[in-house]
Amino acid sequence: MSVKTLKIDDIDIAIEEGATILQAAKEAGVSIPTLCHLDGVTDVGACRLCLVEIDGSNRLFPACVTQVAEGMQIHTQTPKLQEYRRMTVELLFAEGNHVCSICVANGNCELQNVAIAVGMDHSRFPYRFPDRKVDASHPLFSIDHNRCILCTRCVRVCDEIEGAHVWDIAQRGAACYIVSGLNQPWGSVDACTSCGKCVDACPTGAIFRKGTTTSEKERDRDKLEFLVTAREKREWTR
Amino acid sequence: MPSSPVQAQSSDAASPPAPAAKPPAKNHASGDRRFKALDMTMKRHQYKPDALIEVLHKAQESFGYLEEDVLIYIARGLKLPLSRVYGVATFYHLFSLKPSGAHSCVVCLGTACYVKGSGKLMEALEAELGIKVGETTEDGKVSLMAARCLGACGIAPAMVVDGSVSGKQSPESALDKVRSLQQG
Ligand code: SF4
Ligand code: FES
Ligand code: FES
Repeated sequence: MSVKTLKIDDIDIAIEEGATILQAAKEAGVSIPTLCHLDGVTDVGACRLCLVEIDGSNRLFPACVTQVAEGMQIHTQTPKLQEYRRMTVELLFAEGNHVCSICVANGNCELQNVAIAVGMDHSRFPYRFPDRKVDASHPLFSIDHNRCILCTRCVRVCDEIEGAHVWDIAQRGAACYIVSGLNQPWGSVDACTSCGKCVDACPTGAIFRKGTTTSEKERDRDKLEFLVTAREKREWTR
Repeated sequence: MPSSPVQAQSSDAASPPAPAAKPPAKNHASGDRRFKALDMTMKRHQYKPDALIEVLHKAQESFGYLEEDVLIYIARGLKLPLSRVYGVATFYHLFSLKPSGAHSCVVCLGTACYVKGSGKLMEALEAELGIKVGETTEDGKVSLMAARCLGACGIAPAMVVDGSVSGKQSPESALDKVRSLQQG
């Protein structure tokens, strides 16, 4: 396989053809904030947090779904990008009902981490306070749609790793939500194997184990990657 | 209007989907001929999962709306997850998961009509019927819908009641039309 050479924030890097800018950045030790990206499942470019600038184009590119090309000069920390990232995070907060102080994921939440990383102290957008539901019909887990950022990580983990495809996105635009089965209560979806991978995949406190209370959510994120390597590379040790 | 996850579930809870283990039924158990039409469409597309939209169109056309039964039937036929079928069926405007009313009332919210106050028409109709745009009254009489420019901008604000266009509407004239539908 051929190798591409490029520059990310003035760091030279060589990486195999077909790799994404996000992978290249990781290799170069440059960190790009992400939310919908999850190691072990395909990327969909849903959150737009990983946007980068590439010399010679005035468009912004999502690093997780843009492949590297020879001679690319990529910038990840321009003032414009920092401004947009903060705006994206503010929009996420304004869109749902994210109340950290009473959330299971408080202190262990990727949305919260990203908000801190981009320096968001408040949202300049009016909060929507949408009327969203909680489904606690599953014996082991619950989903609180108020905390969902529609990253679709649960959808992909369930489909690609567990193979059960319990989740998908219903409706469109502002009315979108994560749906289980045929819009059934989660607990009555035949396909669900109760494996709990969606709990590990969820970046926020939207999907959690029953019995966890404020700030108690824990995840075993590495489990997902481990499963993928185990399957693809036949490596069963972590 | 979107049915929020849990509200819509209460009714679903009573009728869980048919057991997933059954092989794709060649004919629907009810013997309903409309399922035959669905079978033919699926067959024509070799039961390929990517024919979902076409098959949903056929179903919408033959059944008038997409009931749960039909969605499960299609999911099984095309070997697709239920949530995927539900997601696609609720994404497109053209599909409806509830039967539509006996009468239809479409208000144009295109730019010209909007400027001429069709937003007010819509508000008045929503208040009168006690439903939101995209919904059907409890008694199944009237469905209220919105359109984006009917090509009748010259007579804005326009609305279409049971297929016939009327222009230069005021909230009062719109309400009169709808009230007579409700009586009929
Ligand atoms: S429930 Fe969690 S993992 Fe699923 S889309 Fe919402 S935030 Fe993402
Ligand atoms: S991480 Fe790239 S768009 Fe979400
Ligand atoms: S905007 Fe209503 S008909 Fe054109």
